Amino acid sequence: MKRLGPLAGLLAVFLVFALWAGPPFYSPFNLVTMLTQSVIVSAGALGMTWIILAGGIDLSVGSTIALATVVIARLLVAGAPPAVAALAGVATGAACGALNGWLITRLGLVPFIITLGTLLVFRGVATGLAGEQKIDAPITALNDLLTKFPQPAWMLVAAGVWMTVALAVAVYLLLERTVLGRYAFAIGSNENTARLCGIRVERMKLYVYTLGGLLTGFAGLMQFSRLTVGDPTTARGLELDIIAAVVIGGGSLAGGEGSVPGSLAGALLMTVIRSGLSMKGVPNWVQDILTGGIIVGAVALDRFRRRVLK
Amino acid sequence: MASSPRIEMLGLRKAFGATVALDGVDLAVEAGAVHALIGENGAGKSTLMKVLSGVHQPDAGQMRLDGEPYAPTDPLDARRRGVTMIYQELALAPHLSVAANLLLGVEPASGGWIRRRELERQAREALRALGHEDIPLEAPAGSLSVGAQQLVEVARALVCEARVVVLDEPTSSLAAGDTARLFAVIRRLRERGVAVIYISHFLEEVEQLADRFTVLRDGRSVGTGAISEADRRRIIELMVGRQIAEMFPRLPHTLGDVVLELTELGAPGVQSASLQLRRGEILGVAGLIGAGRTEMLRAIFGLAPVRSGAVRVALVSGAATPAGRLAQGVGMLSEDRKSEGLAQNLSVADNLTLSRLGRYARHGWLDRAAESHGAREWMERLAIKARGPDDPVASLSGGNQQKVALARLLHHDCDVLLLDEPTRGIDVASKAQIYDLIGRLAQQGKALLFVSSYLPELLGIADTIAVMCRGRLGPAASAGEWTEHTVMSAATGAGAPAA
Repeated sequence: MKRLGPLAGLLAVFLVFALWAGPPFYSPFNLVTMLTQSVIVSAGALGMTWIILAGGIDLSVGSTIALATVVIARLLVAGAPPAVAALAGVATGAACGALNGWLITRLGLVPFIITLGTLLVFRGVATGLAGEQKIDAPITALNDLLTKFPQPAWMLVAAGVWMTVALAVAVYLLLERTVLGRYAFAIGSNENTARLCGIRVERMKLYVYTLGGLLTGFAGLMQFSRLTVGDPTTARGLELDIIAAVVIGGGSLAGGEGSVPGSLAGALLMTVIRSGLSMKGVPNWVQDILTGGIIVGAVALDRFRRRVLK
Repeated sequence: MASSPRIEMLGLRKAFGATVALDGVDLAVEAGAVHALIGENGAGKSTLMKVLSGVHQPDAGQMRLDGEPYAPTDPLDARRRGVTMIYQELALAPHLSVAANLLLGVEPASGGWIRRRELERQAREALRALGHEDIPLEAPAGSLSVGAQQLVEVARALVCEARVVVLDEPTSSLAAGDTARLFAVIRRLRERGVAVIYISHFLEEVEQLADRFTVLRDGRSVGTGAISEADRRRIIELMVGRQIAEMFPRLPHTLGDVVLELTELGAPGVQSASLQLRRGEILGVAGLIGAGRTEMLRAIFGLAPVRSGAVRVALVSGAATPAGRLAQGVGMLSEDRKSEGLAQNLSVADNLTLSRLGRYARHGWLDRAAESHGAREWMERLAIKARGPDDPVASLSGGNQQKVALARLLHHDCDVLLLDEPTRGIDVASKAQIYDLIGRLAQQGKALLFVSSYLPELLGIADTIAVMCRGRLGPAASAGEWTEHTVMSAATGAGAPAA
């Protein structure tokens, strides 16, 4: 029941745009496009869901994504096979996450401060590694991960979308069915209790941030596929879209709450709004204002609904 | 062959820097016995129990569990050996289900995947052993009542084949009915051969429940014996290390004009409350947790909306904001010192002067020296134990924190004091001081509305008592006309005259 809220919101917004923008909005082509567009925020939100429900936050994900695209592009330029480059991009994300987790648990500082710092650090590393410019990479299969015309046609949507779906299922199971997932919830819900129950809180946090980073690295791979270049300036501010998706999806910044289906609904909701508004030719600045309003409105509505249900 | 006690501690010492928390503590508890551990805050009870449950390692001394050496490295290790601690502050993860909480940290799992059926089975088994299968396994722990949450905590001990269970002030946040259920459960633990260590400030409880007691003072065990042979005054004297004249002083005071009047007040959680509070009166409000007493105070103070009826303060009628009430001379002491009553990160002086900083300000600039001086004066008047006004309030004992919260109301010069559980979770000596203070305030003509779940203190210091039940406040009657029995039957709705 609790988890239907974000999905209902997604459906409602979708219906509003379907009525307003008409058939082009709900044409199969546009549906596929929106799904494909939402992949990067969705993948990032999968990782952020873990971190937020464990009571943390990661502001460095935008920079991590940029760094991953640069790493992938450099490896491709150096002649590495696409699969190796892709894995290296994902591993870069995991390393960034592990560094965040390590600093947070070792220095005992709040995640907001640590990841605010690494937001700049990772961006700087990416820019340096790229030689302060975009890196053109040779054409490989990686460029087709987010194509709108998948081959063979029976795939319906691009490989990247399917990979995200598979990851979402895996992350969902990990969260709901494993000891690690249970501990993440427990730490976010009441860290002192978790410690009293013998949970190795620091180690668990390290795992949570590393896993979050890994999923961010995957989002970086998807970003590379969209850009087809390594761009150290990309994904600036994307962390806010990702956090918004999780929060719209029922995640609580105080920890203890959040779900994979909710976060995915949140990510799709943001894409649907952007896509619908663009289709109607609403200027960008109006889009920003409306999107901001919808984020606050969606979360306020969700909190209100839960209070009433209680 | 003499059997060894279930748990035995010998000559335990523990120092934190220069502070000696434990200075040679001996304690032995038999299997199938309830052993009360009594002492003022700061006597070393918590440290002792943290050593027992593996949070701290002792500097010297040793422990034996069923005759075998016992030196837990961390709480998980202690739990695996059957030593479980149930903390004073509820230690549940509110968002997780009851079942998940019961097995937190010891989930049955294979390869990291939780075996959900097995988890559910073990959780169900624990609740059955507790005798409370009525608690829903799937509900989020945070949605249960405080009493039920406490039971879940006890059940947590049963999951791990407990040999020793420590309960730290388990009833401080419970209403009488829940306390009775908890006691039944503790007796069940005893029947199962568990050694129960029961920490409490409430000597009545100790007398009802425990077989033996040990008193700690200043990190030492200063007395131990069988409860049946102990006398309450003697125990208190052991605790405070001196003689106490009178727990509930009755200072003569006279009643004046009505300063607070409620007429069929309705508010969230309050159906109907009518009362008249006079100058110099201590009006006690009894009732179970959730009866609406706190909600009534919050509505009077403007923290919750008034839905119907009227509040009149002196000659002024109508609802007001907390700032407006303070201006009218009405102050409220929150039941929740930690998250509401005090700003824990701020100093004693900051907390004390917070509601009336204007006294020390000129054009918005604070005169820190005057503030510090003013705070010091109130610290002396209320005998607040702290190194100085700049001490963080969080470093004070519960009793002294409560005195800081009270001092703020007096510093503000409030004439009507709404006190919500002013002695909850504080030590006996501080309680006696607060009772004395309340008496003196009444003598000065202040009006006190005194909400408490602890009947002896209500009967001991209030002039008049009214009982609240399910949102309705019953008629007030002189304290002498009430007994614990009649208050309880009114509180449970068993025999109250309809208001």
